[in-house]
Amino acid sequence: MSTSVTERPAPPPLPRRPGRPGRPGSRTTRGREGLWGWLFVSPMVLGLGLFMALPILMAAWVSLLNWDGQSNPFTPDADFVGLQNYQSLLAEDGLARSLLATSLRNNLYYVLLTVPLQTGLALTLAIIVNQRMLRGRSMLRTTFYFPSVTSSIAVCTVFLFLFQGSGAVNQLLSWVGVKGPNWFQDSRGVLWVLLDALGIVDGKPGGVLAEHTMMGLPFSEWLAGPSVAMCTLIVLAVWTTSGTFMLIFLAALQDIPRELEEAAALDGAGRRHILRHVLLPALRPVMFLVTTLGLIGTWQVFDQVYVLGQGEPANTTLTPAFLSYSYGFDNAEFGQGAAISFILLGIVLLMTGVQRWFLRERGARNPLAKLRKGARGAQD
Amino acid sequence: MRRTDPSPTATDERPVLARVPRPARLAGYALLIGFALLYALPFLVQLSTSFKTDPEAASNPLSLLPQAPTTAVFEQLTGSGDTGKDVPFLRWLSNSALVTVVVTLGRVLFDSAAGYALARLRFRGRAVLVTFVIAVMAVPPVVLLIPKFLVLNTLGIFDTYTGMIVPLLFDAAGIFIMKQFFESIPREVEEAARIDGAGVGRIFWYVVLPMSRPALITVTLLSFQGSWNEFTHFLVATQSSDYETLTTGLARFVSGGLGAGTQYPLKLGAALLSTIPVAVLFFCFQRYFIRGANAGSVK
Repeated sequence: MSTSVTERPAPPPLPRRPGRPGRPGSRTTRGREGLWGWLFVSPMVLGLGLFMALPILMAAWVSLLNWDGQSNPFTPDADFVGLQNYQSLLAEDGLARSLLATSLRNNLYYVLLTVPLQTGLALTLAIIVNQRMLRGRSMLRTTFYFPSVTSSIAVCTVFLFLFQGSGAVNQLLSWVGVKGPNWFQDSRGVLWVLLDALGIVDGKPGGVLAEHTMMGLPFSEWLAGPSVAMCTLIVLAVWTTSGTFMLIFLAALQDIPRELEEAAALDGAGRRHILRHVLLPALRPVMFLVTTLGLIGTWQVFDQVYVLGQGEPANTTLTPAFLSYSYGFDNAEFGQGAAISFILLGIVLLMTGVQRWFLRERGARNPLAKLRKGARGAQD
Repeated sequence: MRRTDPSPTATDERPVLARVPRPARLAGYALLIGFALLYALPFLVQLSTSFKTDPEAASNPLSLLPQAPTTAVFEQLTGSGDTGKDVPFLRWLSNSALVTVVVTLGRVLFDSAAGYALARLRFRGRAVLVTFVIAVMAVPPVVLLIPKFLVLNTLGIFDTYTGMIVPLLFDAAGIFIMKQFFESIPREVEEAARIDGAGVGRIFWYVVLPMSRPALITVTLLSFQGSWNEFTHFLVATQSSDYETLTTGLARFVSGGLGAGTQYPLKLGAALLSTIPVAVLFFCFQRYFIRGANAGSVK
């Protein structure tokens, strides 16, 4: 059992000493407290162990098997293949590796565009909503935050409708004279679309870029940028997450002592000056927090892929999370799917590690240190 | 602790700087209204489309006022219409409601008990458990898709209500929120009760919990929202359509290749109805949702 790591026997209750009923801090109370403590946490230990820790161990085993989901994988008859699943994903030329490469490419562009956009938008919204003189602040805050609390599936349904070929978005675009693409069917990479429009590249580049490959995928594919279809997923992600991040920024903004702004204003600093030399430096730790939360979240995009594309068109909305699901539940290759899960786990844990490490280094728990630096900067 | 409720009332309303000049102010408001429309418009389009007919939704997807408003969609969804029942909306609804109620009740109980033990009770192994909870919060849920299926399958609860509900009952983030809150309660209150002879169980139930209303409300709302909107767990925990919820049912219905591009009023209407419970809670208890959003940053 995986829980055995954390599960230690509770210390036995100490015998009651006569004449000293459970006074605070006495050893009797301690002993009874230990029992109560384990009683209170045991459902949690059991539940989290059974449904969070144990699954990971079981999947680690299954990722070393060739298992179709039918037999019991925990018997000696299981078809043990060692690291074969990982090898075919990372080292051997073939479908598995080029699918994984494609999904990593797609998700990488998704991350690269979504994270800066959602962070920037959230920060802008927070600064606006934080204006003391603004009318209807709380209504605006509600409006910006609402998409974040609704069900991702319901929101995806709305986006399916909005971004149809003859849908609302393209109708809006046509008002300004732009002919919108057929969003969900368009697998062209936006970089090549842009360069094509500028007349630099004709369609898709051939030659050297198409001949050389990395992980079984030509460089012309690696460099193509997100497909037009993927762009709808990016818009959706920015739209649904910026509200949450806005609230985190807003809480940080309100932690900045007002005296700091007042002092800077008395010293003759203008609005822009205060923003640049007082507010932004004070927000730096939170900015880092939001960026890493974004990095962790965007590598896990799944629901949107399931509803909006299921990997289509031409695998350009395929992500590692969906690929893992699809290997397991569509192709009954659970070993391969579990192996992809672990590769994804590695990526996400790397991001989490970076976040933890930085937060410790930078002393984000003490934003005042930053503030002082910011105040000094304003005087320069 | 950081102040989490960004309500304007606490701050001094006196402006630091002179007012922005009028033209710039108007331009700012115009920009802001543009932003607000970007966030609100999709929901307004959804609302109006669910009252349109299929041809009108296709020919005029952007108009906010249906030309011939009809409630056919909602009659079909609630089963009072005569247009067949290809969308078992009521079954999705009752499955979602059942799972959400049980999960929310269970989570509030387990989260507060575990949070209290980790915050206040002294017992061997507590430090290890706190690390364990923090480690569990770092595990990305989508990585657990196949692993969770393995456990449910091995335990023989795949495709059952038990398999849908029990794994959701334990939630590290909620435990953490409760732990943080209990740590902020002054110890003297509990000490006083202890001197009066109350045991740990009585103190927890009659003294600490009644003082913890804000945190309990936050955890209740987050659990409700989380399990109502839960998708991936139900996707891998169930197979038969008997166990479809609003999320899995709707997702399979709208992502299916067959009906793609059609029946949008029906799809948007179903999505709209499935949003209402969380939306109502959100508008009533907004500040607790905000607290929850910021609790995510304390991790």
